[in-house]
Amino acid sequence: MTTINTPAIDTTAIDTLRFATAGSVDDGKSTLVGRLLHDSKSVLADQLEAVEHASRNRGQDAPDLALLTDGLRAEREQGITIDVAYRYFATPRRRFILADTPGHVQYTRNMVTGASTAELAIVLVDARNGVVEQTRRHAAVAALLRVPHVVLAVNKMDLVGYEEQRFDRIVQDFAGHAEELGLPGFTPIPVSALVGDNVVERSAHMDWYAGPALLEFLETVPVGAENVDAPARFPVQYVIRHDEVRYYAGQLVSGALRVGDRVTVQPSGETSEITGIDALGTPVEVAYAPQSITVRLADQRDVSRGDMITAGASADAPTLTRDVRAAACHLAERPLRVGDRVLVRHTTRTAKAIVRDLGGATELCANDLGRITLRTAEPLALDDYADVRRTGAFILVDPADGATLTAGMADLS
Amino acid sequence: MTAELTERTYALSHLDALESEAVHIFREVAGEFERPVILFSGGKDSIVMLHLALKAFAPAAIPFSLLHVDTGHNFPEVIDYRDRTVDKHGLRLHVASVQDYIDRGVLRERPDGTRNPLQTVPLTEKIQDEKFDAVFGGGRRDEEKARAKERVFSLRDEFSQWDPRRQRPELWQLYNGRHAPGEHVRVFPLSNWTELDVWQYIAREDIELPQIYFAHQREVFRRAGMWLTAGDWGGPKDGENVEKRLIRYRTVGDMSCTGAVDSDATTLDAVIAEIAASRLTERGATRADDKLSEAAMEDRKREGYF
Repeated sequence: MTTINTPAIDTTAIDTLRFATAGSVDDGKSTLVGRLLHDSKSVLADQLEAVEHASRNRGQDAPDLALLTDGLRAEREQGITIDVAYRYFATPRRRFILADTPGHVQYTRNMVTGASTAELAIVLVDARNGVVEQTRRHAAVAALLRVPHVVLAVNKMDLVGYEEQRFDRIVQDFAGHAEELGLPGFTPIPVSALVGDNVVERSAHMDWYAGPALLEFLETVPVGAENVDAPARFPVQYVIRHDEVRYYAGQLVSGALRVGDRVTVQPSGETSEITGIDALGTPVEVAYAPQSITVRLADQRDVSRGDMITAGASADAPTLTRDVRAAACHLAERPLRVGDRVLVRHTTRTAKAIVRDLGGATELCANDLGRITLRTAEPLALDDYADVRRTGAFILVDPADGATLTAGMADLS
Repeated sequence: MTAELTERTYALSHLDALESEAVHIFREVAGEFERPVILFSGGKDSIVMLHLALKAFAPAAIPFSLLHVDTGHNFPEVIDYRDRTVDKHGLRLHVASVQDYIDRGVLRERPDGTRNPLQTVPLTEKIQDEKFDAVFGGGRRDEEKARAKERVFSLRDEFSQWDPRRQRPELWQLYNGRHAPGEHVRVFPLSNWTELDVWQYIAREDIELPQIYFAHQREVFRRAGMWLTAGDWGGPKDGENVEKRLIRYRTVGDMSCTGAVDSDATTLDAVIAEIAASRLTERGATRADDKLSEAAMEDRKREGYF
């Protein structure tokens, strides 16, 4: 649970930042997360007591903050993080949902998972080692998943004498890779997670750094990326029938819908008009992403789960296609091969598909980033992932055992 | 170097965003599964789940039934609440009874009298018998370290077992509910809620709760650092003194292992103020079963516990 000094019953003013962390094995990521939780007073007495107890059992004098985030027995025993862990904390200014992802190369899929819903990613580097192969990989994942903000946290500054030139060199180096990867920008912050420099409090050891401490930046970075001007996208999840009226239930994943809007049902292309919108019990004139709503249409159309209601100019319409080109990250242990028959899960629709091409490769192995072309059994209403994350994203599923195989990000250009 | 956001943005309030996410999860399950069921204990998390489900399918009825795993050590106020709720909304209630398993000799009472670990078998067999394919639980990731690694859709085998190493990656809001016959999926719509969120939502939506969540006089005794209610379940033992105290419950579970906290919070606002100022997690303050070991929850989850 979270700790807030003044209880805020009216939470309307408080928003949420979802962010993800990534770092190599020894970059001190768990320590950074532990420090963030500890110094923001989000760690409660019994949790700290458990960590102190476990640290003593391991023969350590000071509480090992990394133990706060290692949830599974194997993780504690091996001193590594295996799986994405979600953490919750709050300050008076904002709520935070942190996807804490392990950084080993074989767990790239975990960072992809954490980054898929994140609005900010913290890429951690060790100031002694600078940008390494895994740093580039983490930057590549953040760029691929279109995470809107990236923080480069240069950690262990205490071990390099808080040296400004060292920090600058790492930032320069990372900037080169960022540009190459198409990362729109990043915010570098010099920190020491172990000592606490620039994590919650600004450091007294680096007067050459004028920027915010990490938490300060997390509290002030703009959020709410589902923007109102984006085209309206409303995948139908479920049809509620009541007193001969059909209510199309779903979550508005992009843009806004208004009563009176002319809308198109994808993929049939039929058009209609919105006659009513309910926002969980309240009739409204307009709804915005990411609200869950029900929508009523003027005519009795054959609309069902898997269809998508869209509005706006025809230039804004999604692309209806059975030939899907996308960037991909392979997640499963078994490789994906050209010719494989899979299921595509896109918004609320599931369709059969064949893997036509893998960017020239014959297979994609676990944690590979690559390109994919699919031929689907029915048309999908796709947006470029760069334009609308929720309608550009899909997963591939093994029809035999239901395993999640691959993450795809449509690239229609 | 930071990219400028030029678009106009619209941010839902924190509670609205959590509510929308949970409703989306309920509707996904309604669209993808044949026989979903909501685990309903009469505790605050399951009450919030039911409230969200009612909103998700209004004005129609919810397309799910309820399942209560009855340890036999229930607070009477909670059973009363359960039955009134079922009547009020015209729901169907299934009960998996631990007492029944003990009476039939299938399960044996533990020496400490705690029945929480005994819930797994009745729950699993009820899921198998009724062929439930999706089982909603009120578990939250903020509760405990093993739960922090749980997916929203959590695949279980025919023994209900959870294997943390074989969890499916869960990306965007694309929940993968495919499962083989005999398997089922545990679904956690409150994954991203904290204890404080649950209380603030209860206050905002004016949701009725069983009275034991609010401060009241009760006969209790001290065991393992917790205040337990005296009752037929096996407390107090010799040397444990019963006294009358002003207490309330932060969680509701089996009477034998759910502790009360000293509190004078008689209203929702007072409860919220108390939680916001608390220096203990709700499980740390009130659950004896989680104090068994560093990995107590992980072990119970693996065995098929919620």
